[in-house]
Amino acid sequence: MTTTTPPLATGAARGGTPTTTAGRVRKRLTSRTATVASIVIAVVWTIPTFGLFVSSFRPEEQLKTTGWWTFFRDPQFTLENYQQVLFGRGASSGQLAGYFINSLVITLPSVLFPLAFAAMAAYALAWINFRGRDWLYIGIFALQIVPLQMALVPLLSFFSRGVSLGGVTLMPPWDLAGEERFIQVWFAHTCFALPLAVFLLHNFVSQLPKDLMEAARVDGATHPKIFRSIVLPLITPALAAFGIFQFLWVWNDLLVALIFAGGGSEVAPLTVRLAEMAGTRGNEWQRLTAGAFVSIVVPLIVFLSLQRYFVRGLLAGSVKG
Amino acid sequence: MAVFARPRQALAIAGVLGLALSATACGSGDSSENNAGSGDCSAYEKYEGHDGKTVTIYSSIREIEADRLDESWKEFSDCTGIEIDHEGSGEFEAQLNVRVDGGNAPDLAFVPQPGLVQRFATGGKLKPASAETKAMAEQNYSADWLKYSTVDGTFYGAPLGSNVKSFVWYSPKTFQEKGWTIPETWDDLIKLSDTIAASGTKPWCVGVESGEGTGWPATDWIEDLMLRTQTPEIYDQWTTHAIPFNDPRVAEAVDRAGQILKNEKYVNGGFGGVRSITTTAFQEAGLPITQGDCALHRQASFYANNWPEGTKVAEDGDVFAFYLPAIDPSKGKPVLGGGEFTVAFTDRPEVQAVQTYLASGEYANSRAKIGDWVSANNKLDLANVPNPVDKLSVQLLQDSNTVFRFDGSDLMPAAVGTGTFWKGMIEWLNGKDTASVLSGIESSWPQ
Repeated sequence: MTTTTPPLATGAARGGTPTTTAGRVRKRLTSRTATVASIVIAVVWTIPTFGLFVSSFRPEEQLKTTGWWTFFRDPQFTLENYQQVLFGRGASSGQLAGYFINSLVITLPSVLFPLAFAAMAAYALAWINFRGRDWLYIGIFALQIVPLQMALVPLLSFFSRGVSLGGVTLMPPWDLAGEERFIQVWFAHTCFALPLAVFLLHNFVSQLPKDLMEAARVDGATHPKIFRSIVLPLITPALAAFGIFQFLWVWNDLLVALIFAGGGSEVAPLTVRLAEMAGTRGNEWQRLTAGAFVSIVVPLIVFLSLQRYFVRGLLAGSVKG
Repeated sequence: MAVFARPRQALAIAGVLGLALSATACGSGDSSENNAGSGDCSAYEKYEGHDGKTVTIYSSIREIEADRLDESWKEFSDCTGIEIDHEGSGEFEAQLNVRVDGGNAPDLAFVPQPGLVQRFATGGKLKPASAETKAMAEQNYSADWLKYSTVDGTFYGAPLGSNVKSFVWYSPKTFQEKGWTIPETWDDLIKLSDTIAASGTKPWCVGVESGEGTGWPATDWIEDLMLRTQTPEIYDQWTTHAIPFNDPRVAEAVDRAGQILKNEKYVNGGFGGVRSITTTAFQEAGLPITQGDCALHRQASFYANNWPEGTKVAEDGDVFAFYLPAIDPSKGKPVLGGGEFTVAFTDRPEVQAVQTYLASGEYANSRAKIGDWVSANNKLDLANVPNPVDKLSVQLLQDSNTVFRFDGSDLMPAAVGTGTFWKGMIEWLNGKDTASVLSGIESSWPQ
């Protein structure tokens, strides 16, 4: 990417002096110094990850006594760390593959549910007139400031004790066990994602041209029809952007999964497993080097393949005009 | 909808990958068959009558040690039909609080801090141990241990595993080559350190870095020296705040530790000077012993697991440990240690049966046979402890001269024991003087 920048810079210089502010900024950002600076920043930024990567191929004893840079003086290569992470199996923990599946089972619904609810809510808040609509929107918007950590105990209590008011049971305990506890995790992730999702999508949906909606209404389309045939296709970039965002957040989440799913091998995701891999006293931490790279793979695939929507959709939703 | 073409591909790839992985997982699945009836179940008769019930246990024990736990109660499970569902987590302490507050407490928990047991007990969250559990615990554990899980006269659960912290790791090979001998008194230890220092190697290697817990290995030093410079009674007064934290007797112990920890001639072998102590990870701190860069490393028995694979841990091997000597051996052997307590959040009969079983000598021996485990249970047969360091620990715990005291930072309120005490030690190692560090900790003690 960076190698193509210098010719562009000379091209812009040859084309004459830019007159607009944007043009001047662009020129400055494509100068040789800026390119060198960005390369330096990128390299410095990548060094720790690179070090971790090198470490993941070093034998345990080497890893624990010397720094990763020793590798270049005294290269000792092993796949033992990856072997232990991918195929090592304990009687109580099982293989990594099981946790991989758990992560997928947790992540997919936790992305799809908030997307579906938020898209419908955003449409209703933007295009259906009902009393208190603005206050409702402000309320949802304000919920973003509630820190997730504050909601953990009440939500857990909601699942395990149910809700009762003055001795009257409004809602019995859910009493979920084993694999059923995935439901709790989906529920929790959906709750925590909704305020931001509604906010982003609402901004995007409300920007759609009014004429479009009126024309559809004149043709006799109902709200569900307008939502399905007009709104949904138009907001796909925003949906994709929020989808990636939510995917990365849920995939990398440890806290919510640990509390609502527990650490049992039947429901625990990859992150929980990785956190335990180092052993009771952290003495097997060499496995974490390889574990980190194994867990990076899926988010990396998702991010790289959908990267262009990520920035475009997010900006479209959050910035007016 | 063309936009979705690529995500769908990505999902498909992820899905196929996932299915392939799960297929291999299922293919090599359940090999554990129910071999009830194959063993001799007569020992478990008193726990019978709860067939088909499940008991959940939550602890901080994970990975290979968790596998060993499962193995240790397998026979009990098979004979009684009680299924034990153990879950270990690195976030145990924080998670246990959340789960208990959220109404999702486990049946049993192995709590390694008496301070936490006390907090749950006074908060009314714990169920008192049943009469059978209490009788079993009193039979098998010394009063020194039981007092840590007794709150306001109510007994909440028996100890389980233990570890001994008063150990110094060394290399028997190097000692033999250089003609060094294992010191029997504190003065001998200092003499030995001088001899080693004179030979050109720094005698001690120390590391207290441990992520959020940075500083705890240094608090163990102070506790060990509190027990050696003072009497066990004063140690108890110190941990319960009957004497202030900046009492001159505490300062004496800290300065005694400083004789080694703050001595540039003694530390820090293989890492640098005194200041490198705070930046060296405790997991790695002892490893220079195998390279010959240092000779002595004070760390608990569990450090045996930290040596690189292939290191022989034995009296005639690559590394081994000796008891951190007392200043005056005639006053008995002070031993600092830690351990977990089995406490119950529910009082169903099957939970109480498991709680009683875990306090029994049968369990201690069953777990010890599998290896890498120590308990203060006095029914534990030394012949069942395979590992030499564990043997040494059990001998020490069962020795009648031993005066056992629990790790003080686990007894103090969390604000001090896992807060200012740790941080104070870091400041102290970074050069702050003893008096101001101790007054700082004293002022942080919750009133």
